[in-house]
Amino acid sequence: MYRYDEFDHKLVADRVNQFRGQVARRVSGALSEDQFKPLRLMNGVYLQLHAYMLRVAIPYGTLRSEQMRMLAHIARKYDRGYGHFTTRQNIQYNWPALDKIPDLLDELASVEMHAIQTSGNCIRNVTSDQYAGAIEGETEDPRIVSEIIRQWSTFHPEFTYLPRKFKIAVTAHKHDRAAIKLHDIGIVVKQNDAGEIGYEVHVGGGQGRTPFVAKKMTDFVPKAKLLAYLEAVMRVYNMLGRRDNSYKARIKILVHETGEEEMRRVVEEEFAKIDASNMLTVPQEEIDRISAYFAPPAFDSAPAESATFAQAQADNADFARFVRANVVAHKQDGYAIVNISLKPIGGVPGDATDAQMDVIADLAERYSHDEVRVTHEQNLVLPHVKLDDVKTVYDTLATHDLATANLGLISDQIACPGLDYCNLANARSIPLAQEISERFADLDRQYDIGELKIKISGCINACGHHHVGHIGILGVDKKGTEFYQISLGGAADENAAIGQITGRAFTEEDIVDAIETLVTTYTDLRADGERFIDTYNRVGMAPFKERLYD
Amino acid sequence: MAQHAAKGARFQAVTANRLSDGEVVYFSADNCWVESFTDADIADGAEAADALLARAMPDDFEAHVLEPYLFEVLEADNFYKPASVRETIRAAGPTVRLDLGKQAEVKAE
Repeated sequence: MYRYDEFDHKLVADRVNQFRGQVARRVSGALSEDQFKPLRLMNGVYLQLHAYMLRVAIPYGTLRSEQMRMLAHIARKYDRGYGHFTTRQNIQYNWPALDKIPDLLDELASVEMHAIQTSGNCIRNVTSDQYAGAIEGETEDPRIVSEIIRQWSTFHPEFTYLPRKFKIAVTAHKHDRAAIKLHDIGIVVKQNDAGEIGYEVHVGGGQGRTPFVAKKMTDFVPKAKLLAYLEAVMRVYNMLGRRDNSYKARIKILVHETGEEEMRRVVEEEFAKIDASNMLTVPQEEIDRISAYFAPPAFDSAPAESATFAQAQADNADFARFVRANVVAHKQDGYAIVNISLKPIGGVPGDATDAQMDVIADLAERYSHDEVRVTHEQNLVLPHVKLDDVKTVYDTLATHDLATANLGLISDQIACPGLDYCNLANARSIPLAQEISERFADLDRQYDIGELKIKISGCINACGHHHVGHIGILGVDKKGTEFYQISLGGAADENAAIGQITGRAFTEEDIVDAIETLVTTYTDLRADGERFIDTYNRVGMAPFKERLYD
Repeated sequence: MAQHAAKGARFQAVTANRLSDGEVVYFSADNCWVESFTDADIADGAEAADALLARAMPDDFEAHVLEPYLFEVLEADNFYKPASVRETIRAAGPTVRLDLGKQAEVKAE
């Protein structure tokens, strides 16, 4: 994993000291709220319904054990004993006091973490595949280029005041687990016919009020030229992106209004200028230096099959279910990727207590080469567990309510904080996720239903990714009362698609029954082996709509 | 953001978040900021609401609270309650964590 160098340490320490002074001046009255608000946002501090909220960056969703332990410590010392993992692989704390945040940030910096650029109109935390470096079939570890982008985009002077926020995601696998086509820039690490590694770049994806799937801007950028290409995209956006209307300021609107071809032309023109200057060509020695941080851990040599692992599944049906749902094949013989669901039945999606975080840190240290990953679907991952150890890990997870065997199933929902916490929300998301999870609590029924991604947002900003849920649910406010609008057919993977709205919204009392109707419609109509999304894509909206509004 | 006050609302109160910790507070009849909705001053009618908001926002209000605003309140049997789900949640705490927020403090008393 990447470790801070002297520049990183100084940069973060200076920023904490600077923010400490800004908070002191705000509390003393020397700064007005209008003056202070943009400064606190640049440091990840929001004001929500009940309290301040702090968003901490977890670059490309990768954590060391000591960092996870620090997140637990912060939850305990500065918050109310829990944290919320988000769809951008960050963690949010819901209750920190403003005057204590500088101390919190100081402690965070001690383990090479910060909250810089987790808000505001700048380039946000770079996200990536949670299975990076562990899954078979990667072109290379996507965290290498993610880290290069992180360094380039941190405090980039030209891109500190963009028209709107800007999000970048990276994958290096044919199966996209990072939702790259729903980002302002989505990058696929690929190999060309000559065997060289480079990048396919997609631009202009996003959700919110006006959702778009990103357009492929270029098929291949050579490795050393990527920053020059990204700089070109950003410069075009910074110059041409709208600043008169925040709803139309994202790059997706610019791409849509400019047209894909014209956008490509102006980006290529800018790219040629930057490339000619050679200023942003990444030196091979720097690529090698950063690559070294992501070298595979020292795996033990082990056979592909483990008798211990197989026997444990034969002896324990619950463990066998856990393996079926949550354990994924590792690229290294004798190892597995273990997913930890943060969606217990009836729980709050993405929440983990300080005690749970400590347990996961301990497991990572002992059994997963010191690594934990955060997924954009609000779960956690132990990426490198020996097959022989999976049962031991499972037993510990089970004693801390962390072994729900529901990954990718109907109860593994994405939900934003919604009106229970968020100042922008129109309706609650979490209680709805809890009710759906309880309605479909029977794991056998969940396995029968198969992969089904429900995603819930409490407002049109779509932090709960409702546009790309197989079933998406959007909370709306009608004269102070909550209603829920359903969309179908969305997808966030390599076949990214925006869902279509079914029709009129449902009341809080009716929405879970409506979800049940959709599920039974699917199970009635599905052909052998079809997932919900496959059936929907085959039969279309009509039969679902008919049953829903019958 | 959800609408705070419906047009034509008869009863209204003023709320804000406290600067130091973000706690939800209400403006009281004693011209101070209090943590409990039950201690909030309730204005009857549009003119009284404007006057209440003006009282809540003297020149130095920013030293204590952030962005005060009026919100609609309903009256039934001499009790008042926030009209919207949003303000009901602000007055109590997250509906998914009854151990947190003002509702937890009331329970503990």
